[in-house]
Amino acid sequence: MPRSPEPLLSPDTAIPPDWAEPRPWRVAGARRDTRDTVTLALTPPEPFAFLPGQFNMLSVPGIGEVPISISSDPAEGSRVLHTIRDVGAVTRALCAARPGDEIAVRGPYGTDWPLAAAAGGDLVIIAGGIGLPPLRPALYAALARRDDFGRIILLYGARTPADLLFPSELASWRARFDLDVDVTVDTAGGSWRGNVGVVPALIDRAPFDPGKATAFVVGPEIMMRFTVRALLAAGVAGDRVYLSMERNMQCAAALCGHCQLGPFLVCRDGPVFSYQSVARWLAIREL
Amino acid sequence: MRYVLGYSALDQLFEAIRRRGFRLVGPVLRDGAICYGDITSSADLPAGWTDEQDAGTYRLRRRDDGAFFGYNVGPQSVKKYLFPPSERLRPPAPEPAEKLAFIGVRACELRAIAIQDRVFVGGRHPDPRYAVRRDGAFIVAVNCGQAGRTCFCVSMDAGPRVTEGFDLALTELVADRQFLVESGTERGAEIIGELGCQPASAGQAAAADAITERTAAAMGRAMPELDLRDLLYENLDHPRWDDVAARCLACANCTMVCPTCFCFSVEDVSGLDGQNPERHRSWDSCFTVDHSYLHGGAVRTSTRSRYRQWLTHKLATWTDQFGTAGCVGCGRCITWCPAGIDITEEVAAIAAES
Repeated sequence: MPRSPEPLLSPDTAIPPDWAEPRPWRVAGARRDTRDTVTLALTPPEPFAFLPGQFNMLSVPGIGEVPISISSDPAEGSRVLHTIRDVGAVTRALCAARPGDEIAVRGPYGTDWPLAAAAGGDLVIIAGGIGLPPLRPALYAALARRDDFGRIILLYGARTPADLLFPSELASWRARFDLDVDVTVDTAGGSWRGNVGVVPALIDRAPFDPGKATAFVVGPEIMMRFTVRALLAAGVAGDRVYLSMERNMQCAAALCGHCQLGPFLVCRDGPVFSYQSVARWLAIREL
Repeated sequence: MRYVLGYSALDQLFEAIRRRGFRLVGPVLRDGAICYGDITSSADLPAGWTDEQDAGTYRLRRRDDGAFFGYNVGPQSVKKYLFPPSERLRPPAPEPAEKLAFIGVRACELRAIAIQDRVFVGGRHPDPRYAVRRDGAFIVAVNCGQAGRTCFCVSMDAGPRVTEGFDLALTELVADRQFLVESGTERGAEIIGELGCQPASAGQAAAADAITERTAAAMGRAMPELDLRDLLYENLDHPRWDDVAARCLACANCTMVCPTCFCFSVEDVSGLDGQNPERHRSWDSCFTVDHSYLHGGAVRTSTRSRYRQWLTHKLATWTDQFGTAGCVGCGRCITWCPAGIDITEEVAAIAAES
């Protein structure tokens, strides 16, 4: 039976700083990536430190606030990128922001990609659709310490060639001899000469050593399910596969209760989880 | 050490608390129920009233002994003061002018406050609004003199006698027209001294103990004495979830009356001209579809999954999230469920068929 919790407050407890108070960040640049996706470069009021995989709460006053992963190189703290897909009222307003506008920002929140734990083996980064931006900081951080890893592999899938994010970066990454990049699309017209098919199908032919590989995976939940299945089938251990989970999130401060995933609060215990820790919960429908 | 406080001294007690700058909140009759509201004197208390509760039933009844606290818990808890149903986040709302004093708080409600303390101020991002209201609130607890048919605090180890988290605790000795009062804090002891209360005799203390023992023995319900976390984690696909989903209306009443439920939604509003934007939060419930909404759809679309979320959160996942169970055995969710769904019965059914 439950024991009585310890008392937490003493009569002279100081008032804590307000988690709900954002700071104004200036829009330094807005780039339309695809039909429905925009990358905003934001200038924080003071140098901003974050870890790859973490997210910020971005808001447009009067419209609302949403969690958005940081998509820039963590070595760059004065121009912080957020790649946003227009799927609702707030993301639409964010996608419409112009240079010079102010966005209200608080963060960073959440857990990061375990790059240190991945060192010593191959690093396999697997992204589906809007899952690439949250992985981009991890790729930059890994390239900044390239000698720590064996092979570094990026597997990326989008719906159509026109939905591919960061095409010029993909081209420069593909040109590197220390990085393997494989791209696929679900459907394409006759002018596409690349792969057509789902992301998990790229895993079998990717040149990594499953016994020493760590995988970071982000994409729609269904894509992550099949990707994990393919990774496990290839021989990657479940505790070396990491996912970034998404749930309704309204506070990012472990208070509002929306981002529950079984015993976890995704904003606090995630978004990055080892597959092993969430496997049992992902197996339950509508959890 | 317990002292004697006569019925006639109750108003002196209230006055002593008010003199220290507190706004008094206590039980009042309202809308056919005993609710929490502002009180100015003992005349505002529901003296001579009690409640009859059962699954899906709550009725006020007259009692002929004039007891001040001769009822069980009503639909409201002090949560509505510490974590108001709706409040402004931005621009920041002004701090409350007065500290609150809660009169008549029961053991299960004290446990609920301790649980919400963990949620709202126990983590990395404490909520300053809750902290300001909670910090220094004066609590006059009452040991329950009777158990309702939906009470199960004994099996949740949360009552019926208060053990901590109060400034003063009363046990009502109705026949003697008096209370025994004990202090849990220095400021509580100071007030007892100020009122000139006489120490209780051994016989009076024994009479008070007998009252809470009798209440404990009269619990209307009990949560099965099992490792509930293990039980529920092993039965997330149990057929009982379909059974209860056929009865559950997903109306969210249970979450609205629950003294520990803390979910809130955040909403921005502005004038029609888009000016003067404000951000508000208000109580939310895991029984709404929107609670789990992600672009493209909700995670928990079925009533089955939402009832399962609520029950497993209360009794299992809460422990992983906050280091304490989320249920105190107050029975409000049973009483105020329009379909009479009983959390203890649902757990027992899962336990029996697993």
